[in-house]
Amino acid sequence: MTTKLFGAPIARREDPRLVTGNGRYLDDLGHTAYEAAFVRSPHAHARIVDIDVTDALETPGLIGIWSHEDLGGAVGEPLPLLIPHPALTHPRTGYALAAGEVNHVGEAIALVVAEDRYAAEDAVARIRVDYDFLTPVVGLEKARAATDLVHAEVPGNVAANLRQEVGDVDAAMAAAPNRLRLDLTIERSACMPMEGKGVYAKWDSDAEHLTLWSSTQTATGVRAAVAARLGLPLAKVDCIAPDVGGGFGVKIMHPWPEEVLIPWAARLLGHDVKWTEDRREHFISSSHERGQLQEVEVGFDDDGRVLALDVKFWHDNGAFTPYGIIVPIITATQLLGPYKPGAYRVEFWSLYTNTVLVTPYRGAGRPQGCFAMERTMDAIADHLGIDRAEVRGRNFIQPAEMPYDHGLMFQDGRPLKYDSGDFPASLAKLKELVGWEDFATYREQAAAQGRRVGLGIGCYVEGTGVGPYEGAHVVIETSGRVNVATGLTTQGQGHQTVFAQIVADELGVPLESIHVTTGDTRRMPYAVGTFASRAAVMSGNAIALAAQAARAKALKIAADALEVSADDLEIVDGRVRVKGAPDTGMSIGMTAVLSNPLRYAFDDAAQAATQFAGTFDPDKPPVGDDEEPGLEGRDFYSPTQATFANGMHAAIVETDPVTAEITILRYCVIHDCGMMINPMIVEGQVHGGVAQGVGGALYERMVYDESGQLLNASFMDFLMPYATEVPHVETDHLETPSPLNPLGIKGAGEAGCIPVTAVIASAIEDAEGFPITSMPISPVELWELRQRHERGELPSLHRRADEATAKEQQ
Amino acid sequence: MTAEHSNLAAAQGGATVIPVAVIVNGVTRGATVPARRLLSDFLRHDLRLTGTHVGCEHGVCGACTVLLDGEPVRSCLMFAVQAAGREVTTVEGCGTLAELGPVQQAFADCHGLQCGFCTPGFVTTITAYLRENPTPTEAEAREAISGNLCRCTGYQNIVKSVLRAADLIGEQS
Repeated sequence: MTTKLFGAPIARREDPRLVTGNGRYLDDLGHTAYEAAFVRSPHAHARIVDIDVTDALETPGLIGIWSHEDLGGAVGEPLPLLIPHPALTHPRTGYALAAGEVNHVGEAIALVVAEDRYAAEDAVARIRVDYDFLTPVVGLEKARAATDLVHAEVPGNVAANLRQEVGDVDAAMAAAPNRLRLDLTIERSACMPMEGKGVYAKWDSDAEHLTLWSSTQTATGVRAAVAARLGLPLAKVDCIAPDVGGGFGVKIMHPWPEEVLIPWAARLLGHDVKWTEDRREHFISSSHERGQLQEVEVGFDDDGRVLALDVKFWHDNGAFTPYGIIVPIITATQLLGPYKPGAYRVEFWSLYTNTVLVTPYRGAGRPQGCFAMERTMDAIADHLGIDRAEVRGRNFIQPAEMPYDHGLMFQDGRPLKYDSGDFPASLAKLKELVGWEDFATYREQAAAQGRRVGLGIGCYVEGTGVGPYEGAHVVIETSGRVNVATGLTTQGQGHQTVFAQIVADELGVPLESIHVTTGDTRRMPYAVGTFASRAAVMSGNAIALAAQAARAKALKIAADALEVSADDLEIVDGRVRVKGAPDTGMSIGMTAVLSNPLRYAFDDAAQAATQFAGTFDPDKPPVGDDEEPGLEGRDFYSPTQATFANGMHAAIVETDPVTAEITILRYCVIHDCGMMINPMIVEGQVHGGVAQGVGGALYERMVYDESGQLLNASFMDFLMPYATEVPHVETDHLETPSPLNPLGIKGAGEAGCIPVTAVIASAIEDAEGFPITSMPISPVELWELRQRHERGELPSLHRRADEATAKEQQ
Repeated sequence: MTAEHSNLAAAQGGATVIPVAVIVNGVTRGATVPARRLLSDFLRHDLRLTGTHVGCEHGVCGACTVLLDGEPVRSCLMFAVQAAGREVTTVEGCGTLAELGPVQQAFADCHGLQCGFCTPGFVTTITAYLRENPTPTEAEAREAISGNLCRCTGYQNIVKSVLRAADLIGEQS
């Protein structure tokens, strides 16, 4: 085994199981469990007057019905504020079951458990809830106006207000020779994993032990939260994330009401209980993201260099803030992308509305920040008549300036300091890939055929691999089988493959002998979770360190047995052998045998480790003072800060001159996530991210009416892209290593979706010749913008006005 | 507010329970189920063939697609009783861990899946499609999968998988 597996596009080891229907997702477990369903509020803002279950009690198959009053102790208290922040002055969290007031359609009011889901839903339909209506606050405009309040005791509907400033923005703005102002809007979408949430809990009354399975992005987080709520010692609770059918952020939020209630009911009833979210529940009770109003003022010199950037934005955080203000903080900080404005000030207001709560969705505030920054770059270029790529290049942080400290505080409370990246090189590659310089000719040719095309561009930087830490445990069995456990979870990222690739290289064992477990608190109780594009960076490096520790121990044992120096040994294809004398050595499994002195010979391998086998020093104990039996390695990786990946996208779109239909003709991606463990998997992440980005740019939005009803809460009406809507993505990569971690890697999970909305807006604007300031955009909306433009209500881009003038003069 | 237990027969609200026998992946399998039992639940929970996944329960996402007498159908939009006596092919009938079927092999070869939740519906859909059109173009392959939702892959590698599966089937025959 001499081939290095790190960097190889090897096929995924999880796939044979998943393509044959042998995956085990949440609802594939617990066939004999009772099943739960919920009475959920049909009103966005109301007081609960009465819950009448009389009729429901007659439902055949019913086991029990509970509302808030039935929940004792911590289960009945408000759910935890997971990420407090000093600027979050008015945090509010919901209850597992609504306590007297509901604040969004979909909020859980009563838990019903029955012998199966059919019966549970029968009972739900027979429960009558009476409400006193309160005025719902829907949409950022209403929230900001604060004529009505979501929470009576939260003035102005403001959960948080945070301002950061670097340099003197007022002075720099006043001195700037050019100034522009942009008012921007970006609407709500949601993660929409194909598998919704789900919880299955088993209470073992003999052992007084709770095991729960949750379709989560953090098994350790759910375990700790449930133990706290149920008043159980941590040692009496385990949480396992089984196969998880996508997450994209919504499953990092925890504990969801159901994650608390299902284990609680299982313990109460002494019977397994399961809840599987259906799609409508997912729409109205799992979180959304993206919605922001933005005001940008920018001052710049005649070359297009940004001297002052002043950003204000209003962020819709929905009804509650359990996940803190992570999303708007990321918007505020990652907005800067690859650029270095002379002075920067950002202030945001995170506002309550009577809608589903808002927590990170892939990109987590970055798509909004990128939209603001990139719309600004395009506006500067248009104002000055300079090429859009050129304006960007002039504002780039240069490779020689790395590490680059923006002087801001990032979402992890640590400095926003870029570790590496070569933005000019990325831009050059992008221009080459999309044919930037040839586009004008292409546009003319298209125009001659009556076609309207546009070219768009967007650049971003993404802080990935945030701390605090992840850990790994590597155990080598006497058979040579290597068991690797890390605590964070997997939702399709191929961890069983990429982590095995790392271990194969570090240990020198065949890939086939390595078995990776993620998201199981029985195997690794110390972990944070899978979010912020952090799994490869955090667990990847922890696993490398743990494997190195196991390797060192194997070498030491073999060195003692072979009476050579450990420095003279190597491990190749699972054999520890003397360098230059490959026949002298032993299998790594044999070092595992020797690592664990035995009394009992239960198999041939064990016989070699028993007390009458071989020779030993009678003056030494079988296990030395500072040693442990077994061939294991355990280590943790905890970086000082995030590592910053980056990328640049360009798209060519065509807009139908009559129908305003928007078609993406080409989509090009340059992506730099440092060293790639498995380029095939990285590409897959980019493809998927772009597809979600396209959804967010052209199709997806959460349509709430003024009473807070989500009008499109189904896949019939919420337009998630099919294959026919997603363009073929052309990719190229840079690999600028991160100096922060031993493997030189950066995260890749979220990258693909970050700039898409900005890129598509840029391309449509370029095709149409007037500014695009609100996304997503549908053909109908584009058509209406055309009408406004024709009526003179919407100005032309300078470059189009100039072209028109030039044509008239000809 | 706890109610008394009642047995499962009564749990079905006195509704008719019907013995249903379906030929699933070539084997006649049966269970006695309420008339309202969905085919998807019958396969997943009565027969414990959990490879068929349920992503929306309103027939849009396609994750629950199975072949009914060879034709792709949404098993979440059918009652089990409607499939009585008919042949149903699920993802488990399209190959095994020991020997992946050609479409399954193609997905593994082309990185055509990430979380894998939607994959069974694609595998069954593509299996039926390639019988109809064994040599699709790339555009036809894309059209063929355009009734199934995937949130992870962006479809690019699924399109590739369709073409690869066509090649694998072509090599077999």
